[in-house]
This record gives sequence, C-alpha cells and structure tokens, in this order.
Amino acid sequence: MEKVKTKTAKSLLYLFLILLSALCFTPFYLMLINATRSGNEIMTSFSLIPGASLAQNWALVTENMDLGRGFLNSLFLAVCNTALSAYFSALTAYGLAYYKFPGAKVIFTVMLVFMMVPSQLSLLGFYDLCNQMGLIDSYIPLILPSIASPATVFFLRQYILSVMPRALLEAPRIDGASEFMIFHKIALPIMMPGIATMAIGAFIGSWNSYLIPMLLINSPAKRPLPVMVAELSAVRDITTNLGATYLVVAISVVPIMVAFCFFSKYIINGISAGSVKE
Amino acid sequence: MAVKAKKNTEAAAQPKKGLIQRRDRKGIWFCLPFVITFLVFNIYPVFRTLQMSFMSYKGFGKETFIWFDNYTRAFKDSLFWDAFLNTLKMWGVNIVLQLGLALLLTIIFNDMKYRMRGLSIFRALFYLPNLIACTSVAFLFKTLLDWRFGTVNQILLDAGIISAPVNWLTGEGLTAQMVVGVVGAWMWFGNSFIMLMAGVQGIDRSYFEAATIDGAGRWKMFTKVTMPLLRPIMLYVAVTSLIGGLQLFDLPYLLSGTKGQPGRSLFTAVFYLYDMAFNKNQMGYAAALAFVLFLIISVFCAIAFKLMNRKED
Repeated sequence: MEKVKTKTAKSLLYLFLILLSALCFTPFYLMLINATRSGNEIMTSFSLIPGASLAQNWALVTENMDLGRGFLNSLFLAVCNTALSAYFSALTAYGLAYYKFPGAKVIFTVMLVFMMVPSQLSLLGFYDLCNQMGLIDSYIPLILPSIASPATVFFLRQYILSVMPRALLEAPRIDGASEFMIFHKIALPIMMPGIATMAIGAFIGSWNSYLIPMLLINSPAKRPLPVMVAELSAVRDITTNLGATYLVVAISVVPIMVAFCFFSKYIINGISAGSVKE
Repeated sequence: MAVKAKKNTEAAAQPKKGLIQRRDRKGIWFCLPFVITFLVFNIYPVFRTLQMSFMSYKGFGKETFIWFDNYTRAFKDSLFWDAFLNTLKMWGVNIVLQLGLALLLTIIFNDMKYRMRGLSIFRALFYLPNLIACTSVAFLFKTLLDWRFGTVNQILLDAGIISAPVNWLTGEGLTAQMVVGVVGAWMWFGNSFIMLMAGVQGIDRSYFEAATIDGAGRWKMFTKVTMPLLRPIMLYVAVTSLIGGLQLFDLPYLLSGTKGQPGRSLFTAVFYLYDMAFNKNQMGYAAALAFVLFLIISVFCAIAFKLMNRKED
C-alpha cells in the first residue's frame, strides 16, 4: 500500500515537472510555429502545426531588414568580447594568484568592491565618457571594456589556485623560461576548462546585450541583433505581418538555443560554481 | 670555518630573496591591462556620475555646480517615487513566484524517499528562458499577449476560460505590472533553482540521513534541516535578486513599447532615470537619481542581511 502511494506521488511530481518544462518551452514553440504561418492565419486562430508561409515571411523580412548584417555585427562583437575577456582575465587572475607585488591586494579589494556596485551608477558616467571622447557610434566602447571583467578574474583566480600547485612553476623557471612563457605554455592550458565555462557566459552576455549598444550605436548598419529586434515595431511592413515578426524573433533566438544544446552542462556548471564559492 | 660557512649561506640566501622579490614584481605586468581598462571604463565613470549628480548638466555643453539641489529635487519628485513603488510591486510578484518555485523544485529533487531522476535535463529546460535576449523575450510576449491578435487570448477564448479578450499589457491597474512580474519569474526561476540546488548539493548528505533515521517527516526535514543549512545561499539569491530587481529596466521598457504605458504603471526607477538622462537631457538630475537608488538598494541589502543573520541565533 505504502509503495503504491509513493508511486502515485512520484508520477504526480513528474507530471508537474513535465508541465513546468512545457511552460518553459511553449512560448518558443509557438514562436517557431507562428514564424511559418501567414499574418492572417495568426490573427484568426492559433495552431500547433507549422504553416506554409515560411518562405513568404522570409522574403518580407529580408526585403525590409538587413538581419544578416545584424547577425554578423552581433557575432563580431561577441567573438571579440569573449576573446578579450577570456585572455585578459586569465592573465590578471594568474598575476594576482602567483605574484606578491605591491598593490596586488589593493587591486583585488577594489575589484571586489566594484563588483557590488550596481551598473546604473557607472552607466551615465560611461556614456558621458564615450561622448566626450567622440566614441559614439564606435565599436570601441562596446569591446575594449571587456578586458576588465572582474567576475571572471575572481572566478579564474579561485580556479587556478585550486587546480595548479605553485611547485609546477619551478621546473620551467629553472630551465630558464620567461614568466610570460610559463603563463602561455603551462598556466593557460591548465586553466582552459575554467576559461571555457566563463567564455560561454561572456559570449551569451555579449550576444544578448541591449542597453549599451542601443545608447551608443546610431547608424543602422552597425546595429547588433537585439537592438534591431527592439526597433522592429518601427518597421511598418514587418509589424503588419505577424508571421514575419515571429520569424525575426526566431532568428535572434535560435542560435542561442542550438548553442545551449551543446554547452548546457558547462553553462550550468558555471552558474553553480559561481554561487557556491564564497 | 664555521663563521665562513655561515657567511656563505647568507650570501646564497641574499640574492635568492632579491630574485624572488624581483620576480614577484613582474606580476604587475600581468595585471596592467586589466588595471588600466578598469580605471578608465569602470572606476572613472562611477566618480564622473557622482560629480554630475552635483551639477546642472544636459549631457553636453555647460556644467554648473548646484551642489545638493538635484538630491533635494529627487526626494520631492513624486513621479520618481511612484516609479520606485512600481518597481517594488513588479519585483514583489516576481520574487515570490521565482523563489517559491525554485524552492519547491529544490525540495522535490532533494527528497530522500522519492529520489527523483532527470535532474540535469529538467535543470537545462528550466534554465532555457534565461539565455534568450530580453529584447526577444519581451517582443515574443508582447506579441503573444496582444489584446486582439495574441495567441494567449485565442487559447483562453477557445478553451472557454475567459469570455472576452484580456487587456494583458494595455489594461488598467495592476494587470500589466503582474504580467511583468510573471514574465520575469518565468525567465529567472531556473537560475535561482540551479543556485539553490548547488547549495543543497554542498550540504553533507549525512544530515539528511540522520534526520530520516530519527524519523523526521517531510515538513520537519524542510524547516529544521534544509532551510537552516540553505540560509547562506538563500540570502545570496535573495540579495542578488533584490539588487537586480530594483534596477529592473529592460523588461518593462520593452514590454511597454518603450513608453511605460499603460498609465505610467510600467515606469520603473531606472526607466525614469533613463528617461531623464536620454530623453529629457537632464544628465545631472539623472545621476543624482542613480545615487539615490544606490542608497536605497544599500539600505535594503543591509536590512536583508540583518534579518537573515538574526534568525540564525
């Protein structure tokens, strides 16, 4: 009797979990379905089966928007940001972890303090800085700041201290390798799993970032994808056809979903690691 | 002989210490790019914002110091406090759903008797909405929740749950704010769940086993074992959510079509600040608002820490 009770309870719990997963996925499913239906079909009824208007919607979108351009812009920004934040964070983390130079403690403390400062405190000053330096509509303020990613530095410092014993550095030093060579040949490869975890996060963050590009970029040809999607309502020909609207959103979402299928383990490990290590 | 030997070891130790020191100094070269970038793009902007908050400044042209005028104006600005109240309402709906759901899932997956499977798959599915750009999520929900042509109203009408279309995002009163809270919870509960789960997995299993052997029921286990041990991570999740929640901007900004409608109910504190700075060209005043908001967030965090720590005794 007890066993039967446990079994029913368990099945009910699984049912709940499955329903919740469906709730997480349904909006995306409806988006994909509606992207293949015509505007009129969408307005009159909903459906769970794909329609036949994908090509038509695609033609409408490509006629009115340079989505390919936005896609490439976003990709370029994301790759630059990921590479810079990964390399320079590893470099800084290594320097902070293995060298006792004057000021190391100060750098570390200031970094931690500024990690707590809400971003809107720096937003206006940052915008003003870009304005005064004539960097409006330039990619420089969207890319360069990722050289300093405090959270990534913090994570990688903890990471390298836990995976790489100091003694490992002595042998190459005796062999006469320079400090930078030791970093590139020994420390960097050892840090790779940690770097990969943070790099995926950096890539997604950059791919999705909206506020700063929206503020700084004026020329339509330089706009990344999220800014384009947000300004969609201004493009009359597309918004009057809901199918095309859904298609645009789908195009911005699908790459991340595909990436997630491959990297979900790393992404989730990254979040768990960040929350447990105090 | 002995004296000589001592001298020799000293001589040998001296340059070695110097060598290590010199080598340690090289560490600064590893950190230099970070330090320069951090000074220019992170630290300087915060101080510049502080400076602007004491000035009458349009974002360009003349800068005149007016000291605390911006701050006194902020404390009297009822529109700002309305916006702040809106933020609290949206965050309230959001955090109750988000943390409640995350906690419930943590309990389900941590149950000693049921031993639920498929954690990694469910975790990934629940996390999916976090990954999508806020612009896409907002646009998607705006379209799905459209009063006339939205899929949600169509489904509810077909199913007979409602008899007339609901004004999700354009109606009067609290509806739009609730929608923002619910969409926010939908986006972020997976993240909270992963963090709580990581916290639970860090707890020694023997606590749960001992409690089971002692005959602790589910409720006892939860209130006496799981919750106390989860408190630090709960505090972390609650505080980060509070900091993020009081800065809520993207979602209401985009869901309301950048206007904050209906009836200004989707205007949040940061939305108001943004509007001041970039639409009304009152950079100095907006900077003061940023610091007022920072002050409020700090007070809220201090209260959260106090409350959570007191319970521990």
